[in-house]
Amino acid sequence: MPKNDLQHDVEQFLYYQAELLDTKQWQAWIDLFADDGIYWMPPDASYKTWEGQPAIFAEDKNLMNVRRGRVLHPDAWSQRPLWGTNHLVSNVSIQKEHKNGDVEVRSRFHMMELRRDDVRHFAGSYLHKLKKSKAGYRIQLQRVDMTNAQAAYDYVLQVWV
Amino acid sequence: MLQERVPDLSRSVTSLVEPDRVRREVYTDPDIFELEMQRIHERVWIYCGHLTQIPKAGDYYTVQVGRQPMIMVRKSDGGVAVLHNRCPHRGNMICGDLKGNTGEFFRCSYHAWTFHHDGKLKNIPMMESGYQGTRFGKGNPDCNVKPAARVEVYRGFVFASLAKDGPSLKEFLGPAIVAFDDMCDRAPEGEVEIVPNCFRVIQRSNWKIFMENQLDALHPSVTHQSTGRAAHEVEKQIAKKTRKGEAPLSYHMLSAFATVTIDKWDGFQTINYPHGHSILTGYMGLRPQDPDTLAYDKIMIKKYGKKRFEEIIGVNIHHVLVYPGLSVQSPLQQLRAVRPLGVDRTLTEIWHFRLKGAPEAIYRRSLAYYNLVNSPATLINADDLENFWKCHQGLASEGGDWVSFHRHYGRDLEKNGVVESAPNMGTSEAPMRNQMKAWVQYLQD
Repeated sequence: MPKNDLQHDVEQFLYYQAELLDTKQWQAWIDLFADDGIYWMPPDASYKTWEGQPAIFAEDKNLMNVRRGRVLHPDAWSQRPLWGTNHLVSNVSIQKEHKNGDVEVRSRFHMMELRRDDVRHFAGSYLHKLKKSKAGYRIQLQRVDMTNAQAAYDYVLQVWV
Repeated sequence: MLQERVPDLSRSVTSLVEPDRVRREVYTDPDIFELEMQRIHERVWIYCGHLTQIPKAGDYYTVQVGRQPMIMVRKSDGGVAVLHNRCPHRGNMICGDLKGNTGEFFRCSYHAWTFHHDGKLKNIPMMESGYQGTRFGKGNPDCNVKPAARVEVYRGFVFASLAKDGPSLKEFLGPAIVAFDDMCDRAPEGEVEIVPNCFRVIQRSNWKIFMENQLDALHPSVTHQSTGRAAHEVEKQIAKKTRKGEAPLSYHMLSAFATVTIDKWDGFQTINYPHGHSILTGYMGLRPQDPDTLAYDKIMIKKYGKKRFEEIIGVNIHHVLVYPGLSVQSPLQQLRAVRPLGVDRTLTEIWHFRLKGAPEAIYRRSLAYYNLVNSPATLINADDLENFWKCHQGLASEGGDWVSFHRHYGRDLEKNGVVESAPNMGTSEAPMRNQMKAWVQYLQD
């Protein structure tokens, strides 16, 4: 595939991933992951693996389904107030391209979150390991390094970033 | 303004707190907050950290004791010091970072005054020419960084008190010392070590609202219904798919928030001690029989013998609360330290410990709880924090004057100053009543 098309396809995929989060299409978002895919947010950028270490998120599809079930449950009190996010994804840089079409891509994001009348801003970098499949890319790993990973959180994160 | 109100306030604490109810100002009045910082948090033993956080000489962590910024540092002689984070010269904070290694001495970034790890003055630039004939210079204790009045360590857990006099750490902890014994005894080597990560989460509420929630055995099945139900559904799906018909224990830890119903919680018990400390016995006493647990049991029996092992593993504790600022889940090796930031803002520092000598799988099991329940993306505390904020908002309003602690009031069993919830009344609000009793005593002193 010519380089430009690859760049375009990967960017479109990353935008779509963010769009599903911002439009709260949780199931469709989970479906972007490979069956053994992992969503990982380390508490420190120096971490090399999600296993066996503290993690802000370290979720396989089963745990993603727990989180989805929670936020959709009518008794998820903290989900009740007016709440929404807006992601911007940029600086998309393909790190590795494998022969089978799998790619590793780095990007940066900025997310604004509104909850009640409060606005919070989160920023950081994504590392996506994407598997090429007939249905398009599937996420093997979505690593999210928050700029504020080590800082105190004023309230918490309820869903994926 | 506070100083004018202090005599008034301490006289009136008895009118703010009745055995079964508490005035809302206790949670919302900034002057009461100042007073409780002075008379509770800056007098009693406050948890600073664990020795394994600072293994090498010069390693330090900054920590807040009451309102005071402090430094916990490993000294060259292997001991630990807790110092005020303040240069005696112009008041500059000495350590601006959360943690680090200061090398052989502290050096103030403003005028290069240097201090030994125990806070004693090492050198002042122009010591001779600049300070000759003044009252400042070596030998004058006013030139040292001020240390905490008292520091004690129990099984690696470091505590400081800013009051010269008072009960020893052991006397202060009393039976709540089981928090640390239970945690360390479960390690084949009898010790725990820190997992070097601290989750720090701010809640927009008074610190007491957090403490009162910790042993409130009625709230989990209400507050955490959503996560408990969602986890239970996934747990069932996984069980169906796997050959052994069992999901990993972490799903059970989450689903129990919904499947352990209110009447079951009533079957547990709280034991409430002097100084406001409490224990909740309960469901974590379960003994799974999976290969990981059996491998761990084998190591433990080899180390301690069958009889002692049964004693250790038979300690049936869900939670230990060390008043005013520590919540310990010893069977899961985690600890939350409360740092009041203001009358309506509280920081919790959440740590996990590794059982030395235990198999990796045992560490990973409790790590799952640490991540799922206590991380900044918690599936559990998100709803607690929401309640805490709403409580504080309601208490700041004039919609009512009192907070009710009437649940099972008058039915608790009291013996020698220890209050136990009565059989099948584990959801008794005895822990909250016990905390407020201690609060009144502290504020009147």
